[in-house]
Amino acid sequence: MSIDHDQDVTRAERSDNVPAIPDPGLPEHTWRPTDVDERLAKRAERQVATLFGLSSVCVLLFLVSYFVLDVGDNHTTFAGFGASTVALGSTLGGALLFIGIGIIQWARKLMGDHEISEMRHPARSSDEDRAATLEALALGAEESGIGRRPLVRNSLLGAVGLLGLPAIVMLRDLGPLPGDKLYHTVWEKGMRVVRDVVGTPINKADLEIGDLVNAEPEIVFAVDEEGEHVLEGVELQVAKSKAAVILLRMDPSDITPAKGRENWSVDGIVCYSKICTHVGCPISLNERKTHHLLCPCHQSTFDLADSGKVVFGPAARSLPQLPLMVDEEGFLVAQSDFTEPVGPSFWERG
Amino acid sequence: MSVDTSKVADTNAGTAATPKKPGKAGVVANWADERLGLGTLMKKNLRKVFPDHWSFMLGEIALWSFVVLLLSGVFLTLWYTPSMGEVEYQGSYNPLRGVEMSEAMASTLRLSFDVRGGLLMRQMHHWAAMLFIASMMIHLLRVYFTGAFRKPRELNWVIGSLLLLLGTLEGFTGYSLPDDLLSGTGIRAADGFMKSMPVVGTYMSFFLFGGEFPGEAIIPRLYTVHVLLIPGILLALIAAHMLLLVYHKHTQWPGPGRTEENVVGFPMLPVYAAKAGGFFFIVFGVSALMGGLLSINPVWKFGPYDPTKVTAGSQPDWYMGWPDGLLRIMPGWESHFWGVTLSWNVFIPIIVMPGLMFTILLMLPFIESWVTGDKRDHHLLQRPRNAPTRTAVMVALMTFYGLAWIAGGNDIIAIKLHLSINQITYFIRAAIFVGPVIAFLITRRWCISLQRHDEQKLLHGYETGIIMRSAEGGYSERHLPVNEAEAYTLTAREREEVWTPGDRTDANGVPAKRGRLDGLRGKLSTLMYADNVQPVTKEELEAAHHHADHEHELQASLEGQPADGHQFNGHHAVDGEDLRGDH
Ligand code: HEM
Ligand code: FES
Repeated sequence: MSIDHDQDVTRAERSDNVPAIPDPGLPEHTWRPTDVDERLAKRAERQVATLFGLSSVCVLLFLVSYFVLDVGDNHTTFAGFGASTVALGSTLGGALLFIGIGIIQWARKLMGDHEISEMRHPARSSDEDRAATLEALALGAEESGIGRRPLVRNSLLGAVGLLGLPAIVMLRDLGPLPGDKLYHTVWEKGMRVVRDVVGTPINKADLEIGDLVNAEPEIVFAVDEEGEHVLEGVELQVAKSKAAVILLRMDPSDITPAKGRENWSVDGIVCYSKICTHVGCPISLNERKTHHLLCPCHQSTFDLADSGKVVFGPAARSLPQLPLMVDEEGFLVAQSDFTEPVGPSFWERG
Repeated sequence: MSVDTSKVADTNAGTAATPKKPGKAGVVANWADERLGLGTLMKKNLRKVFPDHWSFMLGEIALWSFVVLLLSGVFLTLWYTPSMGEVEYQGSYNPLRGVEMSEAMASTLRLSFDVRGGLLMRQMHHWAAMLFIASMMIHLLRVYFTGAFRKPRELNWVIGSLLLLLGTLEGFTGYSLPDDLLSGTGIRAADGFMKSMPVVGTYMSFFLFGGEFPGEAIIPRLYTVHVLLIPGILLALIAAHMLLLVYHKHTQWPGPGRTEENVVGFPMLPVYAAKAGGFFFIVFGVSALMGGLLSINPVWKFGPYDPTKVTAGSQPDWYMGWPDGLLRIMPGWESHFWGVTLSWNVFIPIIVMPGLMFTILLMLPFIESWVTGDKRDHHLLQRPRNAPTRTAVMVALMTFYGLAWIAGGNDIIAIKLHLSINQITYFIRAAIFVGPVIAFLITRRWCISLQRHDEQKLLHGYETGIIMRSAEGGYSERHLPVNEAEAYTLTAREREEVWTPGDRTDANGVPAKRGRLDGLRGKLSTLMYADNVQPVTKEELEAAHHHADHEHELQASLEGQPADGHQFNGHHAVDGEDLRGDH
């Protein structure tokens, strides 16, 4: 490989590829002012050194900011994320940028700027090398007898292939089998529908026409005799993920109940799963006039007056409805669990 | 063969024998070389030539932002706790004090408000991730539009595409780690995506989450994937990418003295190393400035994840926007048969389409070389206009991507522009099919007319904007020839040949059998090349000069004026001649 030869290397003669104009060759090198004027070179040198010096100043300022400025509850100063962050970021940024600019300035002004040319070589190896390699491979195959003794070869292939099985099987305990978990939620007959966050039961008289309430099953907030939460940790999260519901009171005459759902509402109060049947976002945006519920994730829109049917968007299935009734004390309770799985579709759902 | 014995110990002295006393640096170099043999390796590479062009910097941005990600990421791991165990937040961010949240979220808040420089590092990490992915995408476009993916560089194209895919996944896993409301919403959607997969979907979901969503395994598992698995693979692939780059040597733009056989540019040491090294500091510095001055992912405003909550306008990071957009415009199709459910509405946009797009991306170099039948090495870049069909294919893909991405913001567009979301959706449903076709046709035509323009410039000179009035009173614009270097650059490209089926013969001159796809291949090759403007030949150039000479005779009265027309006939060089002529 030849390096550093400045002459032009003309394009190889390819029958179809001779350009109409002959290659004039690399343009002559032009000298920069800093190459010919020592004063300018000195000045560039000072510039570069100054840039490096500025970087060090920034580092000092960084250290000062680090020790002087508080983090913590001053997050509202400076665009919402703290004087400390702003100061540390600017000084660190400055320190790095000045070094970068300095080095590039150095390269542009003071380092040699002769373009040099180097020959390429084809990526392929030479014919001799190829032949030698093939020969070595053939020799290896011959000496091992891998071709002549298929029994050894095949049993080895089989054995190594089977080693994949432990690797796959060992992943089995990543999680339990689905079983029928996706078909049930914590809702059951008589469980109260309580307000989200506060957990208070809801009397049907509490709701005006047009009111929308985010609600959950009572058990999410329940405590046992010792004052411990009945559901905690993962169980609680899983329960909430599936059982969250929405209550909406509308004019009873607006409701078009599906067959078999005539008695699922209480005086115009309907209850639907809050989990979008598309890919599972909790739904929350209500269009008051139309009883439409909009999912903020991909805008599927469900009609709560008409069995939760999809009126727009990518969801394919209606929102599951929770059958409602009133208990002895006049609070809203479920008649049963949902009658179908909530949330996104899955293969086994049928 | 003579053996240099000067380095072989010939005494029992404690020090190795050396030919002469080297300086301090020499001692170190000698120590290293005697053990590693670096001299031979470095001899070849220290003055390796790298051509210079602004667009070659895009890949460098990606490389350096990856380094920034490694550094800032390691800092974050020192405080971040990958656990979904519930704790009550007691840190210094008042509005959330006393709120139950996962340890992951609490430690992210600690990083943001109680660790000095922690928020800076979080924001730097996130901004660097944006830079990483964006620069990879633009770098990919540069490589494609200039034809830098052609033989022998196809494998580096494949590696690059894998890097983009893995970078995107890495970004998604990182986005999920803080366990705030937005990231939890993203994970939940991912659970829905998985469940849409036929046969295995439900099992995959249960295995990934360690049970039913959300479980308590997902954050620690994503953490391992985010800090170990994917970065490890990325590192290996980046190393391979760089090694191949060095082995193939960088492509270059054609021009005087720059050919298929050489590479012209600055030597690795010192100029290229200095520029690249300096550039690292610049990328690092810019990330630091962005991290310090621009807020990103303020998780404290979203609050901890709660499976019953969601914020309006939920959106993933921008690079996940296009599948999200497809998800939004997909009609709600779902099939029920044999007691199972297949959710086309989720499966197609989020599982099939990204896979398909990625496969197309990966295959582009191979498809092109199959269509063109071109199996030669290429080291000179092409201008996008000189490969009209190739350019048009990518513009069509970009149009598809862009429309899908816009669909991902349909709610925001609806609010900002006061449009109905339904109309936007219906519009994009149609546009996503029609748009790429229109984009393809326009781009291809546009490129070809740019090629014509180049040809005109070469044959008849460039438009000077000088209007001449002839003796008869007619007006014409004066054209002046382009200089030699530019003229050469314009002609220095290859003639293209349409691949026609059936014109191949084997070694014995017997026509080869027609393959099954030969007809299609021939048609595609025609589409690829047939309308292109081929480089000007010597004869055409001479004819044009002759014509110019002729014109010159007609305009003999202008003799002696500046730009008298001699410039057209090539009889004398024009370099350095004052064409505008104030003499
Ligand atoms: C290509 C590489 C990478 C990309 C695209 C990426 C992307 C991200 C993103 C977008 C986040 C969310 C940041 C936030 O707003 O809080 C994140 C978080 C995180 N990343 Fe990375 N990352 C990468 C590499 C790494 C590496 C190499 C490490 C460590 C060795 C790392 C460690 C972390 C940690 C600990 C978090 C959680 C921090 C927090 O929640 O505040 N990342 N990453
Ligand atoms: S999750 Fe509700 S529309 Fe996609």
